[in-house]
Order: sequence, then C-alpha cells, then structure tokens
Amino acid sequence: MKKRTLLKGAVAALALAAAPALAQDKTKVGFVYVGPVGDGGWTYEHDQGRKAVEAEFGDAVETVYVENVPEGPDAERVITQMALDGADLIFTTSFGYMDPTINVAAKFPDVKFEHATGYKTAPNVSVYSARFYEGRAVQGTIAGHMTESNVIGYIGSVPIPEVVRGINSAYIHAKKVNPDVQFKIVWVYEWFNPAKEADAAKVLIEQGADVILQHTDSTAPLAAAAEAGNVIGFGQASDMAEYKDGPRVSSIIDNWAPYYIARTKAVMDGTWESTNTWDGIGPGMVGIGEITDKVPAEVKAEAEALQASIASGEYHPFTGPIKKQDGSDWLAEGETADDGTLAGMNFYVEGLEGEIPQ
Amino acid sequence: MDLSSINWLLLLASLMVAATPILLAGIGELVVEKAGVLNLGVEGMMITGAIAGFATAVESGSPTLGFLGAAVAGALLSMLFAVLTQFALANQVASGLALTLFGLGLSSLMGQSYVGLKPPSTPKLDIPLLSDIPVLGPVLFSHDLMVYFSIALVAATWAFLKYTRAGLTLRAVGENHEAAHALGYKVVAIRCAAIAFGGACAGLGGAYLSLVRVPQWTEGMTSGAGWIALALVVFASWKPWRVLIGAYLFGGITVLQLNLQAAGLKVPVEYLSMSPYIITIIVLVIMSSGRSRGALGAPASLGRTFHATG
Repeated sequence: MKKRTLLKGAVAALALAAAPALAQDKTKVGFVYVGPVGDGGWTYEHDQGRKAVEAEFGDAVETVYVENVPEGPDAERVITQMALDGADLIFTTSFGYMDPTINVAAKFPDVKFEHATGYKTAPNVSVYSARFYEGRAVQGTIAGHMTESNVIGYIGSVPIPEVVRGINSAYIHAKKVNPDVQFKIVWVYEWFNPAKEADAAKVLIEQGADVILQHTDSTAPLAAAAEAGNVIGFGQASDMAEYKDGPRVSSIIDNWAPYYIARTKAVMDGTWESTNTWDGIGPGMVGIGEITDKVPAEVKAEAEALQASIASGEYHPFTGPIKKQDGSDWLAEGETADDGTLAGMNFYVEGLEGEIPQ
Repeated sequence: MDLSSINWLLLLASLMVAATPILLAGIGELVVEKAGVLNLGVEGMMITGAIAGFATAVESGSPTLGFLGAAVAGALLSMLFAVLTQFALANQVASGLALTLFGLGLSSLMGQSYVGLKPPSTPKLDIPLLSDIPVLGPVLFSHDLMVYFSIALVAATWAFLKYTRAGLTLRAVGENHEAAHALGYKVVAIRCAAIAFGGACAGLGGAYLSLVRVPQWTEGMTSGAGWIALALVVFASWKPWRVLIGAYLFGGITVLQLNLQAAGLKVPVEYLSMSPYIITIIVLVIMSSGRSRGALGAPASLGRTFHATG
C-alpha cells in the first residue's frame, strides 16, 4: 500500500516536472557555453551577461548554464535537455551550435532560442552577433603604429567569416598607418586551448612578431607575450585587465548584458520575435578597453578618434578602395561593404599572405 | 613558403618544452599499466596537479615547492582511484573516467581565486660553458630543470623496470597477478604504489603546463593532454624510451605545424595535426599483426580486477 502511494507521488512529481512551464511563474533562461566560465575571455563575458540578467530581474528569473559543451551533436543533446527542463529562452553562444540550435528549436516551438554569431533563423530562433571587426580596426591602427619589426602575429581560431573579417579589418587599418606591415597568421582550429594558444604565440614571436593579435578565448597568448618581454597584445572578448601592467595595451570587450536583458524582458512581456541583431561600437555591444600608457599619446588619440567615427556611423571600417587578395576589385573608392558580403566573408584583402584553410 | 623564416634551433628547443607535460604523464601511466592497472584518470590528475602546483607556487613564491605540491596532489587524487579499484574492486575503466570528471570539477573549484595571476618564473638552467656552445647550447642546455628531470625520470624508470628486483616484481604483478600473489607478493600494495607514482607524475605534467608552458591558470587548461599521454603509452608499446620518442614526436608535430603555418606553408595543416594519431594507429596495426600477441607488449593482466582468494 505504502509503496503504491509513494509510486503515485513519484508519478505526480514527474508529471509536474514534465510541464514546468505551467507550474512555474519564473522565467527560466538557459545558456550554453563553449568554454569554462573562468576562461577570462569569450565565455566569461557571456556569463557576465547572464549575471546581469539575474541582477536585473531578481526572483522573476532563473538562469541555468552548461559550460564546456563541444560544438556538434553533443550540443544538441545539451540544448534538448535544457528545453526539456523547462527553459523559456535559451542562448547558445558559439558558432558551431548553429545547426543543433535549429534542430532543437524545430522540436520545441514554444521555447525561444537565441544563437550567437550564426546566420540561420527560424520563427523561434533569433541570431545576434557583434561587429567585432569595428574593434579590430582600432586594434589594427594601434598595432600598425606599435610594431617595430613590422611583423604582426595573428592567432586565428577557426576559419569562419567572423574571424576572417577580423583579420581583414585589422590588416587594412595596420597597413594604413604602416605600409611595411606584414601579418603572420596561425590557425589553431580551436576556440579554447591555452597550451596550444601559448605555443602559437611563442611560434609567432620566434618568427619575428612583436605584436600579437588573437581570436581565441583564453589569456594564454598574453601570458606567452609577457614571458617573451617586449611584445604587446590585446585583450580578446574580455578586457583581460590583469595583463595591463604587462603586454596588454588595449582590448575588445564584448558587452552582451544589455542585449540579454532586453531579450529576457521581451520573453516576459510576450513580445519576443525572431530578429537578426548585429551591433557594434555605436550601440555598445563592442567596447574598446582602456588604452594603456605604453601607447604614445598621439597614437592613442588617433585610435580614439577612429573609435568615435565608427561609433557615430561616420566611418565604415570596410570603405573602398579595397581589392581582394587575388588583385580583383572588391570595393570602389568611397564604397562601403554591405552586410551580406561581410556576413559570408571568405577571402583575404590584397596584401595578406597565405590562404584561408577550407 | 619561406622555410628559412623558421628558426630550427628554437623549434627544437620549444619542441622539448611542448613535449614535457605529456612525457611526464606518459611515463607515470606506463608504470601504472606495467603493474596491470589501467587508470584513465590521467587528465583529471594532470589538471589537479596544474592548479595545485600553481596555487602552491603562487602562495609560497617557489616553483620548486609548486612542483612538489603538484606531485602530492596528483598522488592523493590517484589514491581515490586506488581505493575504488583495489579495495572496493570497482571497474577500472569507469573509475578512471570518473576520476577525470572529478579532477576537472575539483580543479575549477580550487582555481576560482587564481584566475589571472602570474606564477613565479621557473629559473632556466644556464650552465656557463655548455649553454654557450653554438647549436647544441640553446637546444640542449638552456631549459628549465623539469625538462632534464623528465628525461632522467625516463632513464630511471627504464633501469628500474629492467634491472631491479622490485621492477621485476612490479612487472610480474602486471603480467599475472594470481601467480605473483601465490609467490607471496603483495599485489594490492604494489599496485597502490604504482598508482601513486602515476598520479604524482601526472600532477607534475600538469604543473609544467601551468607554471612553465603557458604560464597561468585557466580552467580546463590541459585540453586533452591526459588522453594523449594515454595514447602515448600504447604507441610506445609499454617501453620507457619509446615514450620519450613518442612524446617528442607528438610535441614536435604540434609545434612544427604552427611554425609551418606561420611560415606560409600551403599544405593543409589538418594533416599534420592528425599525423601523431595516425602514426599511433599504424604502429598498433603493425605490432598486433606480429606473430604473437605478446609482440604488442601489453601487460597480460592489464585492466583486470584482482581479488585475493584463499
């Protein structure tokens, strides 16, 4: 008898768990991360956004996250589990979660999904990204001025349009202030692997680079630059301010908090719609970290002027004349790149060496 | 492609640095497996060693103490595995995997307050005369002590297994634990000692990552190095010197492919990245197709649970 009551209770509990949307009044927001929250870069900033959501809405929301989720089929399992657990809104924060997000979204039409840096949308899937290339323009300007060997090392993560855009933007603006500049690009095929990132930085330094730009998530390249001495680098995704006394001269900061708060609010109000957001320095999604005193005042002023003109919309980092690597014309004098081309950018601009791995 | 822009001497020197973590972890795991125990928890012990060593070095200001702390932490964690598999007779594969997961979680918990700190730098050995030798000097004689320690450890392990009575006993336990037990050897005690040694070595390897190679603490910073160390032992067919060769090969290819990229090589680097694993598979195929299975060199009792009866 007793056993049976117990069993009944369990069934009832299960039924409750299966219909959490009805049972709870809290809005549940889930986050899927590609690295650990302590990476000091990309994932760290997404988690800051999550905390901002909690701070903004207090008891009205509940947030959950899963870190270190590999891109690919495993991600689909994690996202599905999150949806089953009653999440109302799920942020999937890496490019490789694109197809898994779309697949899971098709199975849960009532759950809202937000995929970072991708391009596939659905009625319940929005995409959002930041115009990191605007920050790269500022970075390239500083890098071009600061290099003495005229060799700038660039650690690429995965050869997708977002990374290629960053390389092009940094190169164009470094070249503008220093015509002799040369870029050495190394791909590590991972977003987060401190040992490999440090190795890549060391290799670039050994081959003459005295400025290191990175598009990977950890602070390891800055640690390697500090070790080498006389090499400068930039914070990536996060301010990485702990290296301020060392190699870090500035940074690109991803500020997701306002967006995450706005989207959570939209779900609470029932006004959520599938959107495609791509914001830059102007709206504040991309921030430029403090430029340290290592950078001469006039260079700093030039970088800040560039930042201001991009923020106001007066200047577009991809303004012609720009040719592609093979010498063919891309943008005519005064022409600016359209978002479509930028979103799918798979070519280097003229002057860059090497090929983009396919 | 401009190969001349690669400094081959620096490449050789950085190859030794890149290979040291997996070499240390690999030689430790080799001893464990020689004793007939398969511990898949190398990754977990490495990362625990990485944070324990980092924390100790930061708090004490001494890298030497850091490495010691890492070895102790790795050994302590491995004792958990020893209790599970040697006394509770749990499945070794499952326990090892659990140890990896546990180590990853434990390390990120321990590391919360160490993110962004810089460790005291590990002094490099600069032998006045030897380091100045052209070519050989920078490649062979200007590393930190751990690089030489790891090579010495390989030599010591080889000599121990080959020439000492204790080494013979350890191998006997790994080949046939029933027979060793019948001869009066303490199978469980010997295996526990081997597991502790493996844990200490993995801890050292992890600390080398966080104190020398990167040098900083980041969650999950081993990124699979422990699994490579496991593959290394198989690649080496359980022979110490081959572990050394394998580690330098694996480490070398990692560094080489980055160098070739920076030099503008046109060959897709994916092939270079996967080549160590392909070589491992080829070696396995060649060795296991030999006349006897014994040619593979795997200890006969590897991974089997021992329960003393009678």
